[in-house]
Amino acid sequence: MILHVNDLHKSYGSREVLRGVDLDVQAGSLTAVLGLSGCGKTTLLRVIAGFERAERGSVSLAGRTLDDGHTYVPPEKRGIGYVPQEGALFPHLSVEANVAFGLPRRERAGSTVPDLLEMVGIGQLGRRLPHQLSGGEQQRVALARALARRPLALLLDEPFSSLDASMRSHVRDEVHALLREQGVTTVLVTHDQEEALSLADTVAVLRDGLIVQQGPPAELYQLPADRELAGFLGAVNVIDAEFRGSTARTRLGELALRDGGAASGSGLVMVRPEQIEVSAREHMPGQAAAYGMPGEVQECRYYGHDALLQIRPEGSDGAGILLARVLGEHALPAGTPVTVVARGPVSVLG
Amino acid sequence: MSSYAPAQHGSGRWSQIWSGRRRWPLVSVAGGLIAAGLVLLPLAFLVIEAQRSGWSEVQRLLFRHTVAVLLWNTVALTAACTVLCAILGVGAAWCVERTTLRGKRFWAVLLVLPLGIPDFVVGFGWVSLDHSLHGYFAAVLVMTLSLYPLVYLPVATSLRGLDGSLHEAARSLGVGPWGTFFRVTLRQIRPALLGGCLLVTLGLLAEYGAFEIVQYQTFTVRIFTEFKLGFDTVSACSLALVLVALSVAALIGELALNGRGRLWRSGPGARRAAPRVQLGRWSVAVIAALALLCALALGVPLGALLYWMIRGSSTTLPSSSILGALASTAEFSAAAAALATLLAVPVATLSIRHRNRLTVLIERLAYLPMALPGLVVALGLVSFSVRYALALYQSSLELIVAYAILFLPLAVVGVRAAMSQAPSNLEDVARSLGCSPAAAWRRITLPLIAPGLAAAFAFVFISSATELTATLLLRPTGVNTLATKFWEYTSNFAYGAAAPYAALMVAISAVPAYMLSRRVGVLSDRGGAP
Repeated sequence: MILHVNDLHKSYGSREVLRGVDLDVQAGSLTAVLGLSGCGKTTLLRVIAGFERAERGSVSLAGRTLDDGHTYVPPEKRGIGYVPQEGALFPHLSVEANVAFGLPRRERAGSTVPDLLEMVGIGQLGRRLPHQLSGGEQQRVALARALARRPLALLLDEPFSSLDASMRSHVRDEVHALLREQGVTTVLVTHDQEEALSLADTVAVLRDGLIVQQGPPAELYQLPADRELAGFLGAVNVIDAEFRGSTARTRLGELALRDGGAASGSGLVMVRPEQIEVSAREHMPGQAAAYGMPGEVQECRYYGHDALLQIRPEGSDGAGILLARVLGEHALPAGTPVTVVARGPVSVLG
Repeated sequence: MSSYAPAQHGSGRWSQIWSGRRRWPLVSVAGGLIAAGLVLLPLAFLVIEAQRSGWSEVQRLLFRHTVAVLLWNTVALTAACTVLCAILGVGAAWCVERTTLRGKRFWAVLLVLPLGIPDFVVGFGWVSLDHSLHGYFAAVLVMTLSLYPLVYLPVATSLRGLDGSLHEAARSLGVGPWGTFFRVTLRQIRPALLGGCLLVTLGLLAEYGAFEIVQYQTFTVRIFTEFKLGFDTVSACSLALVLVALSVAALIGELALNGRGRLWRSGPGARRAAPRVQLGRWSVAVIAALALLCALALGVPLGALLYWMIRGSSTTLPSSSILGALASTAEFSAAAAALATLLAVPVATLSIRHRNRLTVLIERLAYLPMALPGLVVALGLVSFSVRYALALYQSSLELIVAYAILFLPLAVVGVRAAMSQAPSNLEDVARSLGCSPAAAWRRITLPLIAPGLAAAFAFVFISSATELTATLLLRPTGVNTLATKFWEYTSNFAYGAAAPYAALMVAISAVPAYMLSRRVGVLSDRGGAP
C-alpha cells in the first residue's frame, strides 16, 4: 500500500465535498477514481497533491504522513506528480523548458529532457511552444514534465477528456502502455466508466463525497454495490427474483447466482444486456415457445460492432422491456419475433 | 520489469516548518487592503476637513445661492455635452462601421485621435485663436469635441460585433430600416453607449483646466479658486463633497439604466455580419460631416499649437526649462506608474483568483477613483498632510501617490486582463514540480502577466504626464511639470511659449489614442467584407 487516504473530509463553505473518503492505492498500480462531475473527485486529487488541506482524516504516501490535520507537507515536498485537465503547460515556455521545469539546474541541460520526450514519443517537438501542439501532444508533454522528477505517485485529472473522440483512445492506449512500462503508481480521475474499466487495475467509485465501492474492474461490473452503480457502469436489466439457495427463479427461468452467492426470500437480480441471448423465431401466435421467453424487438440501436435491442415480452403492454446486446451482424429489425434466454450467473442487487 | 525508481523527496520535518494553512493569500490581501486604504484616504480626510467647523457650517456653506448657480452650471453643461457626445459618437460610429463609407480605417483612427489631446489644450487651441470665446457655449463646444471619442470607441466596437441575424429577423418581421435601428440596433449597443456616456459625464465633472480657460464656473473651478486664492479649505472640501456626490450619482445612474441592458447579451457562436447600409448619394454629405468633425476636434487644437509654435519660436526660444519640466514629468509619472501597477497586482489577483465578499469590495474600491476628480483626490491629500503629516505636504511622494490613486483603475484593468490569462492551476503544477509558492509566482505568473504590467504602466504613465489639476495643488514648490509650465504660460497669455509644452504632451498621449483606434481597426478586419 503506497498511497493511503483515510476518512478524508473537505468542504467549501457549507458544501461538504468529501465526506470521509477512504482510498488505498497499491504500489505500481493504476487506480481510477470514477464519478460524475461534482462528486468531489477533483477535490480529492487536489488534497492528495497538497493544493488543498484536509479538514479531517489523513493522507500518507510510502509510510510518510502528508496531511493529517497537524502535519502538512506542501505540494513541492510531496514527490507527487500532477497532470491537470488539458495539460496546463506553461504557455511562455518551450516544450523542453516545460519538461525541464522541475529538474535541478544541473540536469536541465543533459540528456534527461530529450530522453523523456523520446519516451513519450515526441522527441522532435522539443523547441515548439505549447500552442503549436495538438491536444494529444500537449498531454504527452504534461506527462513527461510530471515524470521528469520521478514522483512516488502520479495524479491524472481527466487527462483525456479534452481530446476529441478519434484521438482519445489512441492517446489513452499509449499513455497506459507507458505507465505500465514505467511501473509508476498512478491515480486517474475520470467520469468515463469505459475509460476507468479499460485502463485501471482498481476502480474506486466516488459518489457524493464517499467511495461507494473499490475493486478490480470486473468485480465492479459484475457485483456492483447497488442498483445505481450497476446502471452507472453500463446498461442493465433489473429483474424480480425468488431466491432459493444459490439460484434465482425469474421470468427468464432459473438462473445461477454469481460466485455461489446465496439469498432467500424475494429481491432483485441484475442481468447485463450481453448476458441475454436473442434468436429470431417464426411468428406463430398462441404457440408457447419450447425454449426461452417469447417476445418482439421493439427498437434496435445499431452501433456497428454491436447493437442494443429493446425486447418487449409477448403479451406485455410495454412493461418489463428487456435490453439485449448482440453482435452487429446479428442485429434484428423492429417487429421481429424473438426468443430470449439469459446466460451465465447473475448478481443479487442490494 | 519496473525500470522506474522514484527519487528521494523532501523529509517531513522540513516541510512542517512551512505551516501554511489553506492558501490564504496573505500578501495579496495585504496589498489589496493598502490599495483600498489609499483610495479611501483622500475621501475620508475630505469629510474630516469639511466638517472641521461642524456640520452646521457645512450646511451653511452648501445651501448658498452660489452653490445653486454652480450646480445649475455643472448640470446644464454635463447634460448638454453628454447628449451631444452621444449623438456625435453614435452617428460617427454608425457611419464608419455600418455603412459603405470608403476609407473606414482612416476615419477610425482620425475620429479617436482627439482622445490624445488633453482637454485643456483643446480649450487653449480655441481660445488662443478667438479671445471672445468664453462661457457656456465655449465650454460645451470644447468639451464635446474633446470627449466624444469616449462614446465613439465603445459604440464602434459594439457595432462591429453586431449580430446581423437579429437585424434580418427584425426586417423579416416587417420592421423598416429606421424602426430596426431604434428597436434593435440601439438596444444592442445600449451598454456600450451608456458606458461611454458615463465616462463623458465623469470626465466633465472632473475637468478643471478647460473650464478655467473658457471662463466657465463649475464646481471644480470654484473649488480651485476657494482653495488656492481664498485658502478656505473648509468651503473647498464641502463643495468637493458635492462633486463626489454628483459623480457617484452618475455611476449609480449608469448601473440602474444598464441593469436591464446587461441581460441583452447573445451567446457565443458564429455570428453573421450585419448588412451595411448603401450610402449612395449621401456619401458626400457623410464625408463632409466627418471631415468637419475631425477638423474641429483635431485640426483646430493642433493647428493652433502649430501656429503658436511657429510664431513663438521667432520671439522666445524654448528655454532649457522645457527639459527640466520634461524630466520631472517623466520622473513623477514613472514613479506613479510603478506604484499604481504594484498596487494593481494584488487587487487583480484577488478579484480573479480569490473571489469573495471582501475581495469584491477591494476591487470596487480600486475602481472608485474613476468617479473621483483629480481635484478631490488632491484636496483630500492636502487636508491629510497639512493636519497630520506636514512633511508630506507638497512633497514628490504626495504627488506620486495622488497620481497612483487617480489612475489605479487604469492599472487594474490592464493587470486584470493579463491575470485572466495566467490561471492559478499553472502555479499548482509548478508547486507539484518542486517550486515554493514564491518561486512558482516568479517563474510562471510573473512572465505571463508581464505584458499586462507593461500596458498598465504605460497607461498610468501617460495619464500622469498630462495631468494638470492635482499637479497644480500638490507639486513641490519650484518644481514644474509639462502641464503646470504650460498652464503658467497660458495664464500669462504667453501662447508661443506655452505651445511646445502642449505639443510634447500631445506627442506623449497620442500613442495610446492611436493604439486604441488601431484595436478597433483590427476588429473591423476580422468582421469580413461588407
